[in-house]
Amino acid sequence: MGKLVVSLSPHAHGTDTVERNMFGVVIALIPALLVSFLYFGLGSVVVCLTSVAACMFFEWAISKYMLSQEPSLTDGSAIVTGLLLGMNLPSNLPLWIIIIGALVAIGVGKMSFGGLGHNPFNPALVGRCFLLVSFPAQMTSWPLIGQLGKYSDAVTGATPLSIMKTAIKTNDPSVLNSVPDALHLLLGNNPTGGAGTIGEVCALALILGLCFMLWRKIITWHIPVAIIATVFVFSGLLHLANPVYANPLTVILSGGLMLGAIFMATDYVTSPMTHKGQIIYGVCIGFLTVVIRNWGSYPEGMSFAILIMNGFTPLINYYVKPKRFGEVPAKK
Amino acid sequence: MKLHTFRIGGVHPDDHKLTAEIPTKKAELPKKAIFPLSQHIGAPAKPVVKRGDKVKVGTLIAEAGGFVSAPIFSSVSGTVEKIDNVIDATGYLKPAIIVNVDGDEWEESIDRSDKLETVESHPELTPEEIISRVKNAGVTGMGGAGFPTFIKLTPPPTTKAECVIINGVECEPYITADYRLMLEHTDEIIQGLYLLMKAVKVEKGYIGIEDNKPKAIEIFEQKTAGDPRIEIVPLKKKYPQGGEKQLVDAVINRQVPAPPAIPVNVGAIVQNVGTAFAVYQAVMKNKPLFERYTTVTGLQVKNPGNFLVRMGTTFGQLIDYCGGLPEGDNKVLAGGPMMGKSVASLDVPVCKGTNSITVLTGADAHRKKVQNCIRCGKCVSACPMGLEPYLLATLSAAQEWERLESEDVTSCISCGSCQFTCPAHRPLLDNITFGKGHVMGIIKARIAKAKAEAAKAKA
Amino acid sequence: MNFILSAVLVLGAIGLIAAVVLYACSKKFAVYEDPRIGQVQEVLPGANCGGCGFAGCADMAGALVKACDGGSLEGLLCPVGGQAVMDQVADLLGMAAANSEPLVAVVRCYGTCELRPRVAEYDGLMTCSAVNATGRGETGCGYGCLGCGDCVSACNFDAIKMNPETGLPEVDEDKCTSCGACVKACPRHIIELRKKGPKNRRVYVRCVNKDKGAVARKNCKVACIGCGKCEKVCKFDAITIENNLSYIDPNKCRLCTKCVDECPTGAIVKVNFPVRKPKPAPAAEEAKPATATATAQTTAKEEPKTVNSNDKEEAKA
Repeated sequence: MGKLVVSLSPHAHGTDTVERNMFGVVIALIPALLVSFLYFGLGSVVVCLTSVAACMFFEWAISKYMLSQEPSLTDGSAIVTGLLLGMNLPSNLPLWIIIIGALVAIGVGKMSFGGLGHNPFNPALVGRCFLLVSFPAQMTSWPLIGQLGKYSDAVTGATPLSIMKTAIKTNDPSVLNSVPDALHLLLGNNPTGGAGTIGEVCALALILGLCFMLWRKIITWHIPVAIIATVFVFSGLLHLANPVYANPLTVILSGGLMLGAIFMATDYVTSPMTHKGQIIYGVCIGFLTVVIRNWGSYPEGMSFAILIMNGFTPLINYYVKPKRFGEVPAKK
Repeated sequence: MKLHTFRIGGVHPDDHKLTAEIPTKKAELPKKAIFPLSQHIGAPAKPVVKRGDKVKVGTLIAEAGGFVSAPIFSSVSGTVEKIDNVIDATGYLKPAIIVNVDGDEWEESIDRSDKLETVESHPELTPEEIISRVKNAGVTGMGGAGFPTFIKLTPPPTTKAECVIINGVECEPYITADYRLMLEHTDEIIQGLYLLMKAVKVEKGYIGIEDNKPKAIEIFEQKTAGDPRIEIVPLKKKYPQGGEKQLVDAVINRQVPAPPAIPVNVGAIVQNVGTAFAVYQAVMKNKPLFERYTTVTGLQVKNPGNFLVRMGTTFGQLIDYCGGLPEGDNKVLAGGPMMGKSVASLDVPVCKGTNSITVLTGADAHRKKVQNCIRCGKCVSACPMGLEPYLLATLSAAQEWERLESEDVTSCISCGSCQFTCPAHRPLLDNITFGKGHVMGIIKARIAKAKAEAAKAKA
Repeated sequence: MNFILSAVLVLGAIGLIAAVVLYACSKKFAVYEDPRIGQVQEVLPGANCGGCGFAGCADMAGALVKACDGGSLEGLLCPVGGQAVMDQVADLLGMAAANSEPLVAVVRCYGTCELRPRVAEYDGLMTCSAVNATGRGETGCGYGCLGCGDCVSACNFDAIKMNPETGLPEVDEDKCTSCGACVKACPRHIIELRKKGPKNRRVYVRCVNKDKGAVARKNCKVACIGCGKCEKVCKFDAITIENNLSYIDPNKCRLCTKCVDECPTGAIVKVNFPVRKPKPAPAAEEAKPATATATAQTTAKEEPKTVNSNDKEEAKA
């Protein structure tokens, strides 16, 4: 006969695990990944694989040799970071830059704070923004889609977002005519060939991922819906006021907005705990994104907006409390 | 029809109601019965028998030891062997009366017939009479906590009861004792509800039953169809619906404010079905509380079942009857897997509040490996009291008592939903319980100090 | 040249204005504090352990000054600094210090893994308070050490450590300042502050089990079974038995060690006595916790009072 085990209640545990959530995110990224392989071919495969491998290696090496912890590769968080970092890069990026990005993402963004659960900023975005400010030339040359066999020698072109930016700078609404229509943005098969980062080309694939994550209850709807709705409303108002600002539908479907709203802003560690807080967080991200896109110096503001709001997350957690049971006065 | 449920949080543990369709059997008489003196919340009972005394089934063996207390009756006939310290379900040695069983002789005053006595046929029962009979029969809450029932029936004068809610939810996994009782003693429970309504002078009674027990809902709806005073409320299955406050919210859509408020502050008096049955027996049959419905269950237990158990029977005897402990490591729980207490010995007796003996085996008996908090916020969504378990657990570990109090740790009902849902398997409730205990101590000390100072100022 | 001059002038002006503002503020918002409080605080060890019963050394200093104005320092003791610090404080305040004897924390449980069999397995948060909430914990003894080290984390002086072999905490007598943090942290109240005793020699009951003899013995081989033999053999009325548990009053005990030899279970121990010939089993075992202090014993030939002042200096350093 075995031993009697004693412990405090509860003695039952749900089936939810960290691994289930992390690998759930990976599965949700698969449609977007497949679409990117279809559009960018070899380049996207190389970039994503390198990024994932580098992130996993750095996670393992740092936790083993610098923190002398048991390496926590099995929880899947390094894979998620690697994939998200890869999907935030152009498909012609040289390998050494990707590896530096992975080192910053894992080393600075995550492990320096104590590993999974302790990082204040989304590690993949820390990596991406580091690369964006350190290697602006390489990070803003976007290969056109359809060059399946090419990697660093791919021909580059303008993304929809840079066209929108040009329209604002030149104050000429006719520039916007070369922005692809909403359907093309949704599917990602841009007729002019202009694209963007690996993960952001096809909004439909990302929305599929969102549906999967909502179905598996990995995330709730609050953050993505708050971000997308805010961007839609805010840019819609701007568009009505002055047609030099793009149509809100093309705004929410272009650039990294979907990728950011669905996969980056919803990162557990760096987003608020309560639904109320998540909505505030989402609205602020949406607002900042439109501000940076339209009046900042970069054409894309999603990653900066998320990082800024990551910084405010502890504050939101402190002030925004869930509604306590019994706080509502009883109905009389 | 839209099913009601409580508004905040909640989780959905696997049901595992293995014994739902197994009719209740009478458990064998024990050879030796153990009656701990504190089976209820409040002061321990005071023994009124001594070594060598003969007792019968239903003999008073210990009287109430204070206002918040309840008397204890022998469930067996035999001789008092000794009054000694034994291990009870809390794991500590507590004083108890031990009786050597000899035959099965009942007190004559107990009506053992099955005849149904209705409230209408006994107009002589005044509310005061009902309450005093309930008090003298030692009836306590049968759902687990064990609060003396008569106190709940005499609410503070500042509050006004408007309805009685019978708790037939049984939201804990595995347990089916209440379900069997509802099917097998429907009429008695309904009469018990009438008695309770009469005792607190209200004209409205609800019976809340979760929708995973359709048979119970059906039979109660049939039997109460002719009476508009009683309403059967089918509830959507969600844990912890059986919690008093959650049930009040689900049934009459009112939320009990933060402690020290109790359900009667919003007009509700909540009683378990087992308590309603015990009230019926105490008032109509003059039968004190000494036996109860208990489920013995577990995925690996050979013959799980529902039993009518004489209190004082040890866990070991019941488990042996069901085929003994399974191979491997076991966790034996007094209660269900969400809020039950694990026992370190099988010599623990069944008490007034033991609604189930649940045996978890092998991997189920152990906790899973603790990982870092990934701050997913699932505990916040799951908490039925609208608290932030991740924060409370961290603050408890850091011993930040003041902040803990301001984060309403005292509202925690220890339902375990947070720990159940945590993907990183963190011991959230372990920490919170510790912190809550400490904060409660601080608050009590503060109140005592304020009282002492007020007394001083008066003098 | 002009450049440097303007920089110097600007910075100088800012500095001057800031100095004036700061000076004005320090005068305007100054709060009067008895200067003696600061002086007393300097003398106190500054560990802010709370062992004296106050929130910290500053609070204690305030209380001492107040007590001085009240006329007596009685009842106030810094357990960390001990008598030496109290003497200094008394000098400073022009008072006579109340006499007190140096104390040390002793762990009153010796239920090691072999001596106290495990009957169940605990699974959960590894703190004593959590284990205590589950009932008796892993062993049959409902009173003894739980071994999760709440006392170790409570100690500010690194003076108490878990021995991985025995699963019990051990006190380093040189480092222990008798602040009482471990006493408060222990949910089972095993740790007691006892008089250090002459030459650090002490005799005490290393058990807190209040179960009846047979039960206690079944659950732990070195439990006090409340047999009363020690009470009978003691000539100084120092031993009392209550609730099946023997207790030796340190104020009455004359360290004759007769009870140690008499105890049938080896629950009574003597520490820091010179080891004589190889003796029966309990005596050999009890030498273990004494090893840490063996060196102190050989060097410290003076009176305990001075030993204690050395301790204090170490703690300060």
